[in-house]
Amino acid sequence: MEPLFSTKNLKLLKEPLNDNNPITVQVLGICSALAITVQLKPSIVMALSVLVVLAISNVVISLLRKMIPPRIRIIVQLVVIAAMVILVDEVLQAYAYDVSKQLSVFVGLIITNCIIMGRLEAFAMANKPWPAFLDGIGNAAGYGVILIIVAFFRELLGSGTIYGLQVIPDSFYEAGYANNGLMILPPMALVVVGLIIWIQRGKNQKLIEEN
Amino acid sequence: MKNFSNLYIFGFASVLVIVVAALLSFVSEGLKPLQERNVEIEKKLDILRSVDMTAGIDEAENKPAFIEEMFAKNISESYVINANGDLLEGRDAFAIAKALKAEMQQPIETRGLPIFVANNPETGTKYIIPVLGKGLWGPIWGYVALNDDYTTLYGTVFAHSKETPGLGAEINTDWFMAAFKGKKIFDEEGNFTSITVVKSGADPNDPHGVDAISGGTITSKALEEMLRDCLNPYVNYFKKQMN
Repeated sequence: MEPLFSTKNLKLLKEPLNDNNPITVQVLGICSALAITVQLKPSIVMALSVLVVLAISNVVISLLRKMIPPRIRIIVQLVVIAAMVILVDEVLQAYAYDVSKQLSVFVGLIITNCIIMGRLEAFAMANKPWPAFLDGIGNAAGYGVILIIVAFFRELLGSGTIYGLQVIPDSFYEAGYANNGLMILPPMALVVVGLIIWIQRGKNQKLIEEN
Repeated sequence: MKNFSNLYIFGFASVLVIVVAALLSFVSEGLKPLQERNVEIEKKLDILRSVDMTAGIDEAENKPAFIEEMFAKNISESYVINANGDLLEGRDAFAIAKALKAEMQQPIETRGLPIFVANNPETGTKYIIPVLGKGLWGPIWGYVALNDDYTTLYGTVFAHSKETPGLGAEINTDWFMAAFKGKKIFDEEGNFTSITVVKSGADPNDPHGVDAISGGTITSKALEEMLRDCLNPYVNYFKKQMN
C-alpha cells in the first residue's frame, strides 16, 4: 500500500493550485467568481463551503463508484452535490447565522459550480476515496485562491476596504481620490481574472503553448 | 464497462433518493429550533438597532441572552392596530412581526398591524414598524422607527436574504440606512408621501428622498415600494394620533 502522502497524492493537491488551476487554466467556475468577489468576506466563506462540498462529494462518489450505473451517473452526482450543499446551508443557518446571511443566494449556487461536477466525473468516478478527497481539497483550494485574489483587488479598489475595514485613509479621499465604481460591477471580475491568467502564463513555462 | 439491468438502475436511484431525503429531513428537523431562535434573536436585535439601543452588544459574552434582556428592558410596550387606526385587543405584536408574510396576505380590513414602542430616556418615545417586501432575489425586510410626531424617521434597519453582495445587499449597510434618518413620511399638508429612493442621487434638502444604490436599482426600488406599501396601512392611525 502506498503512503498517504506519496508524491502522486501530493501532486493531486498541488497541481490545481497552479499548473491545472480550475479557474485560470481550465476556466471553470467563472460565474461564481464574478458574482461573489465584490468583497473579501463572502469570497472566503464561499471558498470554504466549496471546499467542504467538493471534498465530501468526491469521497461519497468515489465510495459508490462501482455501484453507480453509468447511465444515470450524472444524475447521481447531482443528487449527491445537491444534498451536500443543502446540508452545508442548514448547518450554516444553525451555527453561523451571520455568515449564512452574507453568502445568501450563492450557497445554493454551489450546486451549479462546474468545478464540482467536473471533478466528480473526471476523477472521483475512477479513483479511490483518499486520492479523491485530496483531489477535492486541491481543486477547491485552487478555486478559492483565485477567488480571494480577485476579491482582494475588487474590494480594495472598488470600496477602499479590505475585509470590511477601511484601508484607504480619509486624507486620500479629501485629496480627490475616489473609489472605482467599475470595480464593483461584474465585468471587472473578468478583467481581473484575465490579468491573473496573463501573469500566470507569463511566469509558468508549462502553460506556454508552442505555436 | 459493467452492464447494469434496468431493475438495478431503478432500484439504485430509488434507494439513493430515499436515503438523501431521509438524511436531509432529519438534519433539517434537528436544526430547526436553533435556526428559529437565530431568526427570533435577529429580529429583536434589528428592532433594537432601529432605535440605536444596542450599546454594549459587542462586549456581551452571551449575545442571545443579552439581546433578550435588552429587548425586554427597552421595548416597553407593543400593540396591534388595524387599518382604521383602532386598537386590536388580544394580539401579540411580536408573533405577528415574526410571521409578517402570512399577516400581509390577509385582506387589509382584517390585517393586524404591529407597533413596538421604545422608551429612550434621552431621545424620547419611538414607534417601530416592521416592514417586508420583495427584493430582486428574495424577501427584504426591516424596521422603521418614527419619532413621536409620527412623521420623522428616527432610524431604519433593513435586511435581506438573497440580494447581491456589494450591490443590492448594500441596503443593510450603515451609510445607506443612515440616509433615512430625519426624513419625513408626511408632507407639510399632512399627505402621506413615504420615502423615495432617487437613482441619480437625492437632493440633500429633499425631506422625502434618499440616494439609491449604484448597481442595485431593482433592490432600491423594491425597498421604496416596501416602505410605501407597509407604512400606508398605518396612515389612519398616525393621523388619529397626530390630532
